[in-house]
Amino acid sequence: MLGYYFQLALHSFRRSPGLTALMVLIMGVGVAASMTTYAVFRAVSGDPLPDKSAQLFVPQIDNLGPQNGSTRNHLPDALTYRDAMALMRARVGKRQTAIYPVVDNVVPQDGAHRAFTANGYAAYADFFPMFEARFAYGGSWNDSDDQQRANVIIIGSQLNQKLFSGANSVGRMLDLNGHDYRIVGVIDDWNPQPRFYDVNNGSGFADTPDFYLPFTRAVDLHMDTNGNNSCSGSSKPMAPGWDGWLQSECVWVSLWVELPDAAAVQRYSEFLSGYAAQQQSSGRFHWVSHVGLFDLTDWLDHEGVVPPEAKVSLLVAAGFLLVCLVNTIGLLLAKIMRRAGEIGVRRALGASRGAIYRQFIAEAVMVGVAGGVLGLALTAAGVLSTDLLFEPEIARLAHTNVSLIGLTLLVSIFATVVAAIYPAWRAARVQPSWQLKSQ
Amino acid sequence: MQIKPILRALWHHKAGTVLIVLQIALTLAIVCNSLFIIHQRVVRLSRPSGVDEDHVLMIQNQWIGSPTPQQARALMSSDLETLRRTPGVADVFASNAYPLGSGGWSKGVRYTMDQKSATSPTAIYFADEHALSTLGLTLVAGRNFRSEEVGQMAARDSLMPKVIIITKALADKLFPGDSAVGKTICIGNAPPSTIIGVVDRLQTWIGSFSDAWVERSTLVPFRLLMSGTTYLVRARPGELTEVAQAAPKALFAANPLRVIGPKDVQTFSQIRAAAYRSDRGMAILMGVICLVLLATTAAGIVGLTSFWVSQRRKHIGVRRALGATRGDILGYFCTENLLISFGGVMVGAVLAVGLNLLLVDRFEMERLSLAYVVVGTVALLLLGQSAVFVPALRASRLSPAEVTRSV
Repeated sequence: MLGYYFQLALHSFRRSPGLTALMVLIMGVGVAASMTTYAVFRAVSGDPLPDKSAQLFVPQIDNLGPQNGSTRNHLPDALTYRDAMALMRARVGKRQTAIYPVVDNVVPQDGAHRAFTANGYAAYADFFPMFEARFAYGGSWNDSDDQQRANVIIIGSQLNQKLFSGANSVGRMLDLNGHDYRIVGVIDDWNPQPRFYDVNNGSGFADTPDFYLPFTRAVDLHMDTNGNNSCSGSSKPMAPGWDGWLQSECVWVSLWVELPDAAAVQRYSEFLSGYAAQQQSSGRFHWVSHVGLFDLTDWLDHEGVVPPEAKVSLLVAAGFLLVCLVNTIGLLLAKIMRRAGEIGVRRALGASRGAIYRQFIAEAVMVGVAGGVLGLALTAAGVLSTDLLFEPEIARLAHTNVSLIGLTLLVSIFATVVAAIYPAWRAARVQPSWQLKSQ
Repeated sequence: MQIKPILRALWHHKAGTVLIVLQIALTLAIVCNSLFIIHQRVVRLSRPSGVDEDHVLMIQNQWIGSPTPQQARALMSSDLETLRRTPGVADVFASNAYPLGSGGWSKGVRYTMDQKSATSPTAIYFADEHALSTLGLTLVAGRNFRSEEVGQMAARDSLMPKVIIITKALADKLFPGDSAVGKTICIGNAPPSTIIGVVDRLQTWIGSFSDAWVERSTLVPFRLLMSGTTYLVRARPGELTEVAQAAPKALFAANPLRVIGPKDVQTFSQIRAAAYRSDRGMAILMGVICLVLLATTAAGIVGLTSFWVSQRRKHIGVRRALGATRGDILGYFCTENLLISFGGVMVGAVLAVGLNLLLVDRFEMERLSLAYVVVGTVALLLLGQSAVFVPALRASRLSPAEVTRSV
């Protein structure tokens, strides 16, 4: 029976090719607009560590006070050095790491290549197991390297490719701006997107980091932060020099803790409130210091990682698809009702209402498939041209894959079938006697 | 033209009528908001930066080997000298940031040191006596820095300028209706600084949070001595491209112990394109969606009206036979469309405002000006009339004898 319905549908397409082409075109364009914007939205709003994100938390401490514009819902999004160090020493979480972004000059030792700039992070040993970093060679440094401020370094696969042609470089030395580091690990193709641990510096979609070195070592070398440094909390001029900055109320250090269960979260919350209360009673804060503890997904949301462009364009594209849908209902209605006579004959010859209904749904499925195929081609073109619309670092995240292809076809067919329900119902209600009489 | 029979005919085609009304309403809602977004983005990306953009480029430079402040001072002086000697270079100065750049410094501005919270934020640009002529800024009051006023500052020193130059936007915010020159303000936690000059316009670096104070900038007379710096270079007319190639080469020739990467030399037109990329993209996307949407709606109207015409062939024939002119038939379909469109735009205006409220609430957009609703309404009514015209004309040309024959 199904084959017969498709035959009937093909026949009807041949009879009104213009209207059919119009429906396919409109459906294709509507689906492509939604799918292209969805591809971008999906890329920027994904969970960077799906199996771990519920256990990773960011503590916040209000060291600004209400007169500097901080409120319970708007706390500084980084910590001062002294607070970060106090939380690191307390070791209340299962794992914890202070992090800050750095930039340095790599000086190749082959004498042939010019020095170049590399981006990296200063972190603690816990960073790597906590964030499930994958290593191509070697592994993380350990806690005693952190304590001894060791000159060890972990490099990314791109830097390893550039300097060592991708060979195992563990044990070799790397010159960063005149300082030698011993390579202990090479990170494999690991770059969670968005880069949750650096979104507070606006680097959620930045280039893959080139290196990671111990936080303690970076501070010893006076390596400046390459991220934000906000000093609006310091009401008095700070002491000069590096140490003055470390002791100041400037916030620039990110801190992440791993809390495996609800009890650990509860314990950490209490510890954090206690710490802030203690800072208040010691006279450092002259206000009730609020604290915050965000988990990874809430943190991304709080920091507004998904660009508003991605949301607004998805919303507008969805509205556009809705208009296309309404339009298709109208056109299908026109197309089907024009064939009232044919329906009358079929009904008179014994076709049931259900058969008429199925016939037109089958016709809609065919329009949906054609629209989906067209939409697929347009979506592929759209995804390729997303760099016209979005920042290059965001545009390159959007890509066509099997799930997007499947979704495009599915949305197109589903939308067309939804559009066909009412016209098909109308068709099934055609009175055969009335139609035959008027012929 | 009698409206009652038209309404009665529409009642027989409830479903089709409702669909077109709905489609016109949704189209109006989306088109109004899209046009509004386009307008906002275009206003944003056509803001002048204050810089004479056709003649200025920036070079980001890092020295290798973590120079001390004293070493950095000598390196910077010799680099500035090298750049000045480069053919095609008109002027140059060293700074920490540049307008439309992606990062920089900002400080709170207070009138006095004991004022609790800042009156306005301001972007901080390190400058010397060459800054105004390099960027092509116009002094509207006061004077430029003198070379003896330009000091040095290490990375972690507190910023304590004696004299500053501010933008007109900042002056107007701090001293509305009064001259700012000669007055003092506190930058960050510093003791009071005297305003010696006011420049017409100088945009801040681009960060999403700096949108509210986009032209409130301050120039401070210091060389910032860090391991790297940004040189702003003004080329003689027509020599920008040559300078962009020659300047880094000259710097490397003078001292190879530095890093200037491929993305570290940019002209202001490149900087502007990068800064406003997403604004331009958004405007283009919205424009394309508007056009396709209007075309879709027009196609829908043509399709449905054609269907109605074909359904009412006999009806039209009878009317013609009973004395209706071609104009009457044409007028009938046009009026019918006008009625439907009118219903559509009424619903659409409500939807447009509703959608805008959602955008205001969720995306901190501004309120939709009603002018957009009016323009959108007129555009959709015109679109409806032009879409219905061809099928209506075809209907009016039906020969009464032919279409009534089968009765």
